[in-house]
Amino acid sequence: MAGDHIIDLRHVSKRFGDKAVLEDINLYIRKGEFVTLLGPSGCGKTTTLRLIAGFLAPEEGEILLDGKDISGIPPHKRPFNTVFQRYALFPHLDVYDNIAFGLKLQKVPTDEIDRRVRKVLKMVSMTDYEERDVDSLSGGQQQRVAIARALVNQPRILLLDEPLAALDLKMRKDMQIELKEMHRELGITFIYVTHDQEEALTLSDTIVVMDEGKIQQIGTPTDIYNEPVNSFVADFIGESNILNATMIRDRRVAFIGHEFDCVDEGFGENNPVDVVVRPEDIYFTRDEARAQFRATVRSCVFKGVHYEMYVDTDTGFELMIQNYDAYPVGSEVLLYIDPDDIQVMRKERTCNTFEGEMVDETHVKLLGGSFECLPQPGLTAGDAVTVQVDFDKVDLLDHQEEGVLAGEVHFLLYKGDHYHLTILTEDGDHIWVDTDDIWDKGDLVGVDIAPADLKICKRNEA
Amino acid sequence: MKKVIAQIYLWILMILLYAPLVFIAIFSFTESKVLGSWSGFSTQLYENLFTGRMQESASLISAVENTLLIALVSAAVSMALGTVAAIGIFNLTGRKRRALSFLNNIPMINPDVITGVSLFLLFVFLHFSQGYLSVILSHISFGTPYVVLSVLPKLQQMNPNIYEAALDLGATPGQALRKVLVPLLRPGMISGFILAFTMSLDDFAVTFFTRGTIGLETLSTFIYADARKGGLTPELRPLMTLIFLIILVLLLFINLRQAKMQKANE
Repeated sequence: MAGDHIIDLRHVSKRFGDKAVLEDINLYIRKGEFVTLLGPSGCGKTTTLRLIAGFLAPEEGEILLDGKDISGIPPHKRPFNTVFQRYALFPHLDVYDNIAFGLKLQKVPTDEIDRRVRKVLKMVSMTDYEERDVDSLSGGQQQRVAIARALVNQPRILLLDEPLAALDLKMRKDMQIELKEMHRELGITFIYVTHDQEEALTLSDTIVVMDEGKIQQIGTPTDIYNEPVNSFVADFIGESNILNATMIRDRRVAFIGHEFDCVDEGFGENNPVDVVVRPEDIYFTRDEARAQFRATVRSCVFKGVHYEMYVDTDTGFELMIQNYDAYPVGSEVLLYIDPDDIQVMRKERTCNTFEGEMVDETHVKLLGGSFECLPQPGLTAGDAVTVQVDFDKVDLLDHQEEGVLAGEVHFLLYKGDHYHLTILTEDGDHIWVDTDDIWDKGDLVGVDIAPADLKICKRNEA
Repeated sequence: MKKVIAQIYLWILMILLYAPLVFIAIFSFTESKVLGSWSGFSTQLYENLFTGRMQESASLISAVENTLLIALVSAAVSMALGTVAAIGIFNLTGRKRRALSFLNNIPMINPDVITGVSLFLLFVFLHFSQGYLSVILSHISFGTPYVVLSVLPKLQQMNPNIYEAALDLGATPGQALRKVLVPLLRPGMISGFILAFTMSLDDFAVTFFTRGTIGLETLSTFIYADARKGGLTPELRPLMTLIFLIILVLLLFINLRQAKMQKANE
């Protein structure tokens, strides 16, 4: 273990009832670092923070502080302080007593309490508010008091759970700058939880992107933005064009019906991959020789600093482009992408693979439902089987009761000419679906699969 | 027209509700032994009540003392138990929480006679000698649910991270309870205490079945016995009037306080 780690999470898992919230989390945080846990709601970021604070205990794994396991140490003995999402100030105490709460418990002498409270109030620009009732303060002021209340105890780590989520945009931006400033002045470690990717990019030294209880990627803001490891990270951080592609050979990749040079190696030959191209990385040109493909501008919207355009390529894909110059709707444009700006990502999967069991010759049970399949010679009822279904062979129905399974659209990704959906079934399984139809996140759907599209083979009981 | 009928209806309702109380109050100012006959205005009964110049004065005073003692002790214990129980119920989730809230409501709806008889049988079964202690325990058992019911909403209004914030700032669980939770729950605890207290004052059935044979009398059992012996002792009329007035003042106080708190919240 490197000596500059303050916190180490090793193989940490946490479940609520039978729902796994965190699965095998491994993470280290360096002294003085500003680390952000970033992800959509329900990804496990707040649970991770609460494990570090000690409000929850992990089922498996260990949490180390300076290399020593702190599982047995209750929250009030850990040298951390938390800024809660909804402030959690004590409404029966005034500003001064809220901030002095921790110091009074430690039996710090009164004159020192006084000195430290005033110092920290000055730091959060709340001098002269000592005797105010906390309920009479605005959201931003309450947040400042909450930060002061945590910092006055001189914690080794400051934990922040979406501290700015309840503030309006302007105030949020101001507080971001102030937090960054405080971090630099104090030099202590900040662990920050947010679902706001822009906030994470602005504040952090290191970003930990989480989804579904797993760490997706750890890196600096520029790493995460420029080199996302999978389509989830690419989609979550910033705007992006995520497309199906084929790696032809090292440094050569095909997508949207064209071939491009790129800088990635080691993805094999003729392998399916995902690529992400940021909308600001697709360039316009007038030079026929330089152009890699043609497109027609379908829409163009002014966004303040840049224009955001959607173009249809000559091969029928839709791309988002951001540029300082506007191109008129309907005009034909020539486009190119630099090899550096094409980020190739390994595909997490290329088709659905389920484990199932034969019910009889023409029915197979999988994901908790019984599907009709083609007659399977050589298989008998009760045989364990593996079933593969292509993404585009799953039918989604408007009404849950019409399908064999009921599910909900959990995540969706536009891939230039179709949507890639993640369907969460009622039993908590995932089905991935490619579709041309437009669905929204949270839509309730029925799931059906045609008998001919179930590719069944016997599973070896090893 | 509609409005007039509504007004008349309201007045009839009020008269029906308050006529008995007004009746007692009026006849507390006459000396007549028989309730209902007016023998001229007099404050003699009040004098008798306070100077003790009345029949069975000693046992009436001891009944009042018993009633207050039992009500205070049982309401105080109910307040402590009910607050802890409310915190426990609040921290449960889903089905368990609903089930326990439901179980908490049953004793309040259950007829007093049944509660009294069941407690009586329980004490007999356990060979528990019946007297002060059994009555107090019984009153705690029906008072506690009222405290739970008045503390739970306070917990629901509270920021869910408040307790954790106290721990986070270095408070032990005990300190967090004393310095943060109790001050925030206090209004609910006080309403719960007052409810449990009045329920205990009011109780006849449960006390009657659980007081045993040592001759323990509370106000309600005393009045019951007195009325059976041959008419109500006249001095009880001013006593009831006074109790009613005290309760009225108490209620006004609670309502005013609530209104003030609501205003402060806005």
